[in-house]
Amino acid sequence: MVNYFKLIALGLITFFALIAANYARDLAYMVHALIISGVSFGLFIWVLRGMGTVTVHAQDEYMDDVIRYGVIATAFWGVVGFLAGVFIAFQLAFPVLNFEWAQGYANFGRLRPLHTSAVIFAFGGNALIATSFYVVQRTSAARLWGGNLGWFVFWGYQLFIVLAATGYLLGGTQSKEYAEPEWYVDLWLTVVWVAYLAVFLGTVIKRKEPHIYVANWFFLAFIVTVAMLHVVNNLTIPVSIFGSKSVIVWAGVQDAMVQWWYGHNAVGFFLTAGFLGMMYYFIPKQAERPVFSYKLSIIHFWALIFLYIWAGPHHLHYTALPDWASTLGMVFSVVLWMPSWGGMINGLMTLSGAWDKLRTDPVIRMMVISVGFYGMSTFEGPMMSIRAVNSLSHYTDWTIGHVHSGALGWNGMITFGCLYFLVPVLWKRERLYSLQLVSWHFWLATIGIVLYAASMWVTGIMEGLMWREVDANGFLVNSFADTVAAKKPMNIVRGLGGVMFLTGSIIMCYNLWMTVRKAPAKEASLSVAVPAE
Amino acid sequence: METYSFLREFADSWMLLFLFMFFLAIVLWVFRPGASKEYQDTASIPFRHEDKPATTEEART
Repeated sequence: MVNYFKLIALGLITFFALIAANYARDLAYMVHALIISGVSFGLFIWVLRGMGTVTVHAQDEYMDDVIRYGVIATAFWGVVGFLAGVFIAFQLAFPVLNFEWAQGYANFGRLRPLHTSAVIFAFGGNALIATSFYVVQRTSAARLWGGNLGWFVFWGYQLFIVLAATGYLLGGTQSKEYAEPEWYVDLWLTVVWVAYLAVFLGTVIKRKEPHIYVANWFFLAFIVTVAMLHVVNNLTIPVSIFGSKSVIVWAGVQDAMVQWWYGHNAVGFFLTAGFLGMMYYFIPKQAERPVFSYKLSIIHFWALIFLYIWAGPHHLHYTALPDWASTLGMVFSVVLWMPSWGGMINGLMTLSGAWDKLRTDPVIRMMVISVGFYGMSTFEGPMMSIRAVNSLSHYTDWTIGHVHSGALGWNGMITFGCLYFLVPVLWKRERLYSLQLVSWHFWLATIGIVLYAASMWVTGIMEGLMWREVDANGFLVNSFADTVAAKKPMNIVRGLGGVMFLTGSIIMCYNLWMTVRKAPAKEASLSVAVPAE
Repeated sequence: METYSFLREFADSWMLLFLFMFFLAIVLWVFRPGASKEYQDTASIPFRHEDKPATTEEART
């Protein structure tokens, strides 16, 4: 019965999407309407062919298929995002790479949001969805709630990624950093996100353990807060329902403040709280010992939640924002240092008594260095948020270096560690194909990040000093183009660091692929006999 | 009083106090007697039920 409604709905969506494509006022909107009609027509055929078959959700098994897809999507989008990053890094070093024939589609301005969204939302987002589904099932001792809703979340999120990415290239953007997708893509993400919340919360509610494990607290905070941030920062009014352009309801400095309240908490809750959820599950698992201090983890959680939400104004020092607001943001950013380091200590000390594993297990080495980078970038961040430091660092490459030591070091490395943990478990292999390749990945990625961050420190501070340099008469010494010319060597070093990081991730993909193909299967430890289908 | 001034004053007085007390209460609650034993059990959740969900008999609600 439900399938008939699905068919009707999909048919109507296909029809109206085609009408929208016909009346489209801009290219991005038209392409998106065609993608949506194509996807819903494909789904229509798929539902039609599947009429009569019933999917069984065996409550005595975990729902791992969707996690396997999530692992593959994470690895795939990771490589895509890193590749885009390497390319735009070289575009900055060699402007000739902004090809004349691709002007308006593949120049730096169009590709830059493609890179940031690909790594944060496609790579990071898929990693978060996959690991949160894995962790919430294992720590609740219950199958994922909602049956096929988990699949809707996965595929709906991939559609969001495709719409966002194609929109950027075709100029469909609302020009808000990390919130570039236009109004209809935002609406779609809201639907997917509510489904995600329902699946996650439903599983927590039907758990068979009396307590909610701390990793789930972090995941839940991430899902709920991102929903709130996303909705408030994207309150826009479309100019036409047949066009991608929309106008935000906030004006002037309020808009700037809402944007950076969103932007900084995207870092705080998407890239920190969610990934801390990974840390609190996968580090204990890989180290084979419980977390160092569960009490500390609870205090860590509440301190982080209470403090992060106030830190946004430090992005708006020396702007039209009132001084009291940017001082507030600065103070909270500095205080935030404490819970961050509390969490770092908790992650690192989980290894106490098992430090020898660092020598023998490259996967745990990867997780540990990610926590190390977390500590470093959460020290650097509060320092840069201090107004006096910010007057030197703001608008320079130092900021870019800071973001990348956090994103590549903390988010990237913990995700790689989780993928190395998950693939053998999900595909029921005894071990990874090659630990030596994991070591190669580890060193390539680490040296790549060090090259990246170090070159950006040098060029960022140089840039800041050159901008503020005045001669005896009070005139500026350097033109902007002088700073661009002076940055060239460091831009090349940065690009090379990116190449190393990208190479490491390709080695990881090969290793994971071969693990599934070649590593010996794990048989005896399967605790249930799988019934014949 | 206009809405902005009212909210502003409320936020940096009573609401601030409430949030701070809430946080302090959590810290005190975490160190309540008998917490260590309970948290030991909670911290070992990841090491149970790795392959399949708990059956109804195993449920520890």
